[in-house]
Amino acid sequence: MIPATFAYHRPNSVSEAIALLAELGEEARPLAGGHSLIPMMKLRLATPVALVDLGGIADLRGIRRNADSVHIGATTTMAELIGSAELAAAIPIIRETALVVADPQVRARGTLGGNVANGDPGNDMPALMQCLGASYLVAGPAGARDLPARDFYQGAYFTSLLPGEVVTGIRIPLPAAGHGYAYTKLKRKVGDYATAAAAVILTFHGGRIAHCAIGLTNVGDTPLFAEDAAAILTGSALDAATVDRAVAAAEAITSPASDGRGPAAYRTKMAGVMLRRALARAAARATQ
Amino acid sequence: MAKTHVTMTVNGQAVEGLVEPRTLLIHFLRDTLNLTGPHIGCETSHCGACTVDLDGQSIKSCTMFAVQAEGADVLTIEGVANPDGTLHALQEGFREMHGLQCGFCTPGMIVRAYRLLQENPNPTEDEIRMGISGNLCRCTGYQNIVAAIQFAAARLNAPALQEQAA
Repeated sequence: MIPATFAYHRPNSVSEAIALLAELGEEARPLAGGHSLIPMMKLRLATPVALVDLGGIADLRGIRRNADSVHIGATTTMAELIGSAELAAAIPIIRETALVVADPQVRARGTLGGNVANGDPGNDMPALMQCLGASYLVAGPAGARDLPARDFYQGAYFTSLLPGEVVTGIRIPLPAAGHGYAYTKLKRKVGDYATAAAAVILTFHGGRIAHCAIGLTNVGDTPLFAEDAAAILTGSALDAATVDRAVAAAEAITSPASDGRGPAAYRTKMAGVMLRRALARAAARATQ
Repeated sequence: MAKTHVTMTVNGQAVEGLVEPRTLLIHFLRDTLNLTGPHIGCETSHCGACTVDLDGQSIKSCTMFAVQAEGADVLTIEGVANPDGTLHALQEGFREMHGLQCGFCTPGMIVRAYRLLQENPNPTEDEIRMGISGNLCRCTGYQNIVAAIQFAAARLNAPALQEQAA
């Protein structure tokens, strides 16, 4: 399988990349790790006339811990997320999630920016970024702007990015000290997209949940931020009846496709099961 | 489409060539450099038969353009044997432990295992299985591939152990 022809550009700076994308027009695409785009190009489902390779832009790579947040450059790979001791200490759920993305070779090339910007509901990072309250830092011909992950996804492969814009980085607020976390993913085999997956961050105060955030992967056209389920849990001691109500609220917002991963009703139930397990694991990890 | 000049190091040798931007790294290796060890299996980034080592990481060479590898240091199965021509411990392990049947996945499997043992010189069985999870084998059931990698790890760790004992 050989992609259609395209012109290749490898700029050294973000401003050069933005200028190139503006000049080349809407049929040009930025290229990060390429592990979604290149397979699509090989199948000729994507036929960009030009690629602007972001791989040569040193500024787009790396992990930086600030006072109250972590900044991750868009072309930082899954392998780099897994390998960062600083990130594992600050926001351990990112490593837990990156480890269940695809396989080692794909993780060596696949990037965080590509994972969140592509708008593929099967990708694991978007729901996690919604759970964490992350913002995407975007640069484009009209300047730079920050887009909250919770508002970013409009539909399958359809995001708030405008033509000519690229995600340059992701800013993630530090979760509270003593928080519990878990990303649970049901998949048919290593490397598969999720049948359903759930990301949970929570904190306890006096034996009750003080804060809770939940994201769901691949059970709708977009990642899902399960706000109602989290609100039900907040203030509770995570008792069985409350968990049942929260799981029902989370299941209610899913609308998965019936596909090779199972009928829609099954995938909805599996989203509930993944949430239940993520809550239990997060609670066990939290400072009570 | 205009061709682009690329240079890289492959198995320790400086190489160059003219490629279209759409030329995949696997096609550059196989068709231009005649290195037919890395195989084209699924062509959909799943099977790992095309695995090569690129700047110290295992990658799928069917999911990367040759132009992206400009300046890179690449290792294929052809470069794995010891400089004196004797087999690398992994190659020895695959032979001794019957780590292959049809052999199609073997070049990718060995090159992946080569990097895995650099990352983790003494992996558990579970770590080996997860470490090669991007490489599919349809013959062996993986049992003897795991055994072959364990054989190689023990062989590669042996000098260090002897030094410790001494």
